[in-house]
Amino acid sequence: MHKVLGDKRAILVLLGPALLVYSLVMLVPIVWSLFYTVQDGNPITGFTFNGFANFAKFFQDPAAWNAIFFTLKYALILTALQVIVGYLLSLMYVFWLRKGSGIIRTIVFFPVVLPTVAVALLFQRLFEAAPTVGPVNSFLGILGGQNLDWFGTPDASFWVIIAMDLWRSMGFYAVLLYAGLVDIPDELIESARIDGASGWKLIRTIVLPLSLPVLLSSIIFSINGTLKVFDTVVALTNGGPGNATTPLTLYMFRTSFAYGDYGYGSTIALMLTILCLLFTVFIFRSTRRDLTKD
Amino acid sequence: MTTATRRARRLAPAIALIGVGALALSACSGGSGGSGSGSGAGDGEFSYLGQTENTTIITTLETLAGHQCKAAADAAPLTSDDISGTQWDQQLQLLASQDGLSDMQMAAGTPALMSEFIDGGKVLDLSTALDDLGVSDRLVPAAESTVKALYGDGALYALPTEFNIEGFWYNKELLADNGVEVPETWDDLVDAASTLKDAGVQPFATAGKDGWPVTRLVGDYIFRTLGADALQKVADGDAKLTDPEYVAAADAVAELGTAGYFGDAVGSIDYNASMNLFLTGKAAFYYMGSWALANFNDEEQNQIGVDNVGFARFPAVEGGKGSIDEVPANVGIPVMFAEKNYDDESAAWLKCIAEGYGDTALNDSGVVSGFVVDNPPTDLPSTTQAVQEEIANAPSSVLWFEALFTPKATGISQNNGAGLANGSLSGEEFMKLVQAANDEG
Repeated sequence: MHKVLGDKRAILVLLGPALLVYSLVMLVPIVWSLFYTVQDGNPITGFTFNGFANFAKFFQDPAAWNAIFFTLKYALILTALQVIVGYLLSLMYVFWLRKGSGIIRTIVFFPVVLPTVAVALLFQRLFEAAPTVGPVNSFLGILGGQNLDWFGTPDASFWVIIAMDLWRSMGFYAVLLYAGLVDIPDELIESARIDGASGWKLIRTIVLPLSLPVLLSSIIFSINGTLKVFDTVVALTNGGPGNATTPLTLYMFRTSFAYGDYGYGSTIALMLTILCLLFTVFIFRSTRRDLTKD
Repeated sequence: MTTATRRARRLAPAIALIGVGALALSACSGGSGGSGSGSGAGDGEFSYLGQTENTTIITTLETLAGHQCKAAADAAPLTSDDISGTQWDQQLQLLASQDGLSDMQMAAGTPALMSEFIDGGKVLDLSTALDDLGVSDRLVPAAESTVKALYGDGALYALPTEFNIEGFWYNKELLADNGVEVPETWDDLVDAASTLKDAGVQPFATAGKDGWPVTRLVGDYIFRTLGADALQKVADGDAKLTDPEYVAAADAVAELGTAGYFGDAVGSIDYNASMNLFLTGKAAFYYMGSWALANFNDEEQNQIGVDNVGFARFPAVEGGKGSIDEVPANVGIPVMFAEKNYDDESAAWLKCIAEGYGDTALNDSGVVSGFVVDNPPTDLPSTTQAVQEEIANAPSSVLWFEALFTPKATGISQNNGAGLANGSLSGEEFMKLVQAANDEG
């Protein structure tokens, strides 16, 4: 085996096709898109070079700033909720439900396997205000509340998106963090107990530090996923009302494909990439610092 | 030497593998461009792509395929596909940029986008094609000039499969029961809405989710207050939507929204839901184009009765420069032919469509098209008759709010229509957004 992998031609044969596919479907479009950031136009009208006009436009475009603001607000709130709720669930699996957690884990995990569009339709019906009144509004009605147009008010639709995404993804983070918690040796927890640590103190001093690596990877997973949110928003609110729930991804998509401005759309895409990169570097750095501290 | 040959022999399969991979990939990418309904010239079929919401065109084409177009359909059978109207322009741009257009399809909803297609040589010049086929006299002159006006350069690039007027359709019974007269002025309309709402009747059925039924009201109000050339001035840069007299129009519509006249959660109501609200008697007024006659004449959908639907022109605004006689008119979304796919088979279809569409659409679907009608049906429903008279008698017509805007301004305007209709957006905020998008050019 060692001989085979030491042979350059064998490496070429084994890697070649994968590398070719990767370059064709990933690298070429990326370079292509970078090239578009200094162009104006679309495939129908043709392209003209316009220097850094797209970048200047981006920084002066209030809609772009709204989209950045929404993206950050959504990513930070949802990441915090996903990881916290996931962590609480995993603590519940390990310390409270113990061996019997299987069925609960399955139920909480179930929404993860459902298609986004199906979940979005479900939530649209749940929070529907017209033409038929959905269960949530019916329930509010029983409590004496008004028929609230959830998808017509910016704040309400934001929280519906958050609620839907949390419901859809908390099971995944719970299982991810559960795997980290299970890895903590029983004897360590046992000895901490003998030393008199229990409840909150046990979690703070033993469980939390030991599950920090997996916790940090969950945060990286989550922040990168949420910064690039697209499908849930499109399926649930389509960026509305107005552009109140339009993340950068959707703004990019609309600019390129609905408004026919590929150049500016690519610029927005580049900005989103930079944003994701900044966040990942920031979190990676804090990870390294924490690990050396340990 | 021998080692080199051996090496070359060993490398050959690797290179072959990579080559096959590349071929497979390029085959994939080529195929994706023509996926869906796209097809090329001389492929033995005639493909049509339409909006899901519009069933008239495809029904008419299917009928034609069995009659006037039988010969054409035998040579190239009709195949069809549809996409939701809310995504229409977006999908069409993608298809056009990948050369994946069908032989015939509904045109872009935004005239500015159609102009891009025309400049890019994607769309067939129908003036020449119809002349060559000897059927250029099959279009009603008024409809033909409307299509030509939309796209600039004086040639015909789309067929008027509809010729519509827009206005307020009303439920005669609901108005009579509540002692409301058909409104002649905007103030009458607001008073009527107030009376109806007090009586527990929803005044307007409106598809806020689609946006355009709301922004049409803004455009019409502008035409009534500032005259028929008001939006041309905006397009030419001689006026701005943020000027106070333009903002007043958006404010007038926003006031209807704040008062709740569009009903609960208007932003969640789509085209079909709004149609359903009106046709089940839950709302008194319905601003819509005459293409909706097909639904009004369908007894299954129309629970309030065909003869119970009345038509009122968009009311005048007191002191305004425009007149109630300027009826908002359009050709709906006409159909265009892809330049690249135009061949003898498509030409045969084009010829028989030009000859038979007018009669078939009117007789089967009750839709008034821009084609000449040879054999008008004798037993037209009263509402359809009224519309035909209205078209014949209207002294002049106006376009709609976004007709001359850029694709981005059109998108922004329609996305924010719901905000106006539920009162969450003021007229000034709305106009600022749309003007800013228009300024980008």
